Amino acid sequence: MTGGAPLTRAQAVMLDRFCPMHVVIGPTGHVIGCGPTLARIVAPRAVAGARFLELFELTRPRAVQDMATLRALDGARLRLRLRARPRYALKGQLSVLPPGDGDGGMMDGGAMVVDLAFGMSVVEAVRDFGLSGGDFAVTDLATEMLYLLEAKTVAMEESRRLNRRLEDARHAAQEQAMTDTLTGLRNRRAFDALLARAVQAGDRFALLHLDLDFFKQVNDTHGHAAGDLVLRAAARRMLSVVRAHDVIARVGGDEFAVLLPGIDSAGTVSRVARRLIAALEEPVTDGAQCFRISASIGATLSRDRPGRTPAAILEGADRALYAAKAAGRGRHRLDAGQAAGPAARDAPGPAGTAEPGAAAQARAAVPHGPVATEAEGARVAQGVAMRSR
Amino acid sequence: MNGLINRAIECFARDSYGDPLWQEVTTALGIGERAFEPLMPCDPGVTARLVDGLATRLARAKADLLEDLGTYLVAQPRSEAVRRLLRFGGVDFAEFLESLEDLPDRARLAMAELDLPAIALHMQGAGVFRVEIAGADDAGLRFGPVLLGMLRAMADDYGALVLLEYRGRDAGREIIEVHLLDAAFADGRAFALAGGRAAP
Repeated sequence: MTGGAPLTRAQAVMLDRFCPMHVVIGPTGHVIGCGPTLARIVAPRAVAGARFLELFELTRPRAVQDMATLRALDGARLRLRLRARPRYALKGQLSVLPPGDGDGGMMDGGAMVVDLAFGMSVVEAVRDFGLSGGDFAVTDLATEMLYLLEAKTVAMEESRRLNRRLEDARHAAQEQAMTDTLTGLRNRRAFDALLARAVQAGDRFALLHLDLDFFKQVNDTHGHAAGDLVLRAAARRMLSVVRAHDVIARVGGDEFAVLLPGIDSAGTVSRVARRLIAALEEPVTDGAQCFRISASIGATLSRDRPGRTPAAILEGADRALYAAKAAGRGRHRLDAGQAAGPAARDAPGPAGTAEPGAAAQARAAVPHGPVATEAEGARVAQGVAMRSR
Repeated sequence: MNGLINRAIECFARDSYGDPLWQEVTTALGIGERAFEPLMPCDPGVTARLVDGLATRLARAKADLLEDLGTYLVAQPRSEAVRRLLRFGGVDFAEFLESLEDLPDRARLAMAELDLPAIALHMQGAGVFRVEIAGADDAGLRFGPVLLGMLRAMADDYGALVLLEYRGRDAGREIIEVHLLDAAFADGRAFALAGGRAAP
């Protein structure tokens, strides 16, 4: 506090202590004193001697340009900021001292005291000015507010971590629920969901139903360990001959379903089927023994008969698989009116000779399927079913 | 009781005695991961068993172990948040001591489920304080030794020279005596009000 002021020394000491961010404005509008915390903030500029309205800008109420207007705000709530540091919003209250108080009462009114505080800007202000608990009045809740803010931040961070852990666990559980544990392929549930989505979206796709041939012999002759080995190898090999976004699921003991998004040509399906069968016919070895299997594939194209339900689509592929199996081992069939590709390159093999009977079986089992609508079983056997190699 | 307490014990035990010992103790007690989820409620009996199990495995008195836990919570960089939140209690160690009565309320503000026993502070004479902690919880866990360890570490933190003594307990309370010999004995650790992670 400067001497000759409108406040007694005792009052000044009390103000410094209770209101460490106060400003005393003399009758001329010049700052004649200020609290220690405010002095720290304004430093290195001197507070005393400057005109209050040059040091501070009132943001509410606005348009306060002169002392008379300011004096009229006696008791009002003020929002203001330091012109030199406009970043920190301050709030405050102004009190006009009665004229003649102390020895400075002169002219048109006495001095004024404005008490200031940081509002929501307190965190940045405390950080930027390096304020400590001692810079605030004992009754000021700034420290408590900072405490709460920090406690809340710590708790929120912990909460975020918990959420992430739960999300990871949920994801893992979901993955697990969708995965066949032995092969790592999708399982039936996952495949059904994907198929349903594809049907609902009206996507074009090919669906293959694949059944391993001779797998039961491996399992029965060499045991489950050998069977599991073959299944895992089969999964790996199938994945290696399809695109990354094609889906292969294990839907039964030695049955697999393959979804080929975007595929709508019989020729492509035929090529993929041949690749799958070829990959599966490569011998599998456990280091001591060699196991050989093959596969039969029935396929259907979504575009062939649009509007089918997922169940009807699966049924179509199933029907074609049945026909492929009936045609012999290591073959594929397309469940559609048209042939899956050009005529078989090889002559009807031993399996082919069994065709009439097999086709008749297929017809008997699935009377509506296009595969079975042809009466000439031999034509079906030779024209649609092909050797995979 | 909250998983946070168990988590604190876990961090303390792993850092002080290593992961294998911790695994051994929790496996033997059959306490699973769920008990250490900081924001999840947890049976208070689990915490008591954990402390018993650790003390038995280490052949140490429970009170000693809990005191070390208190010191750890304040002094370890890993639990810096605890130290910082405690430092908000006062600008110097004397003021911090005076804020101890607010500690349960402050803890609740930070985390609603955190239920610390009531603490009362009595001035015994110049620089001599008696801290009274309300009795053990239903599971028989006592907070006094933990607070003793925390006070020791906080005195270091403030740079104060103190003499701390656990004066014993009865059914209703535990008593710690604090002799504040020199409030500004050393420099202490820096503390900026807005220096925590809350600062943007």
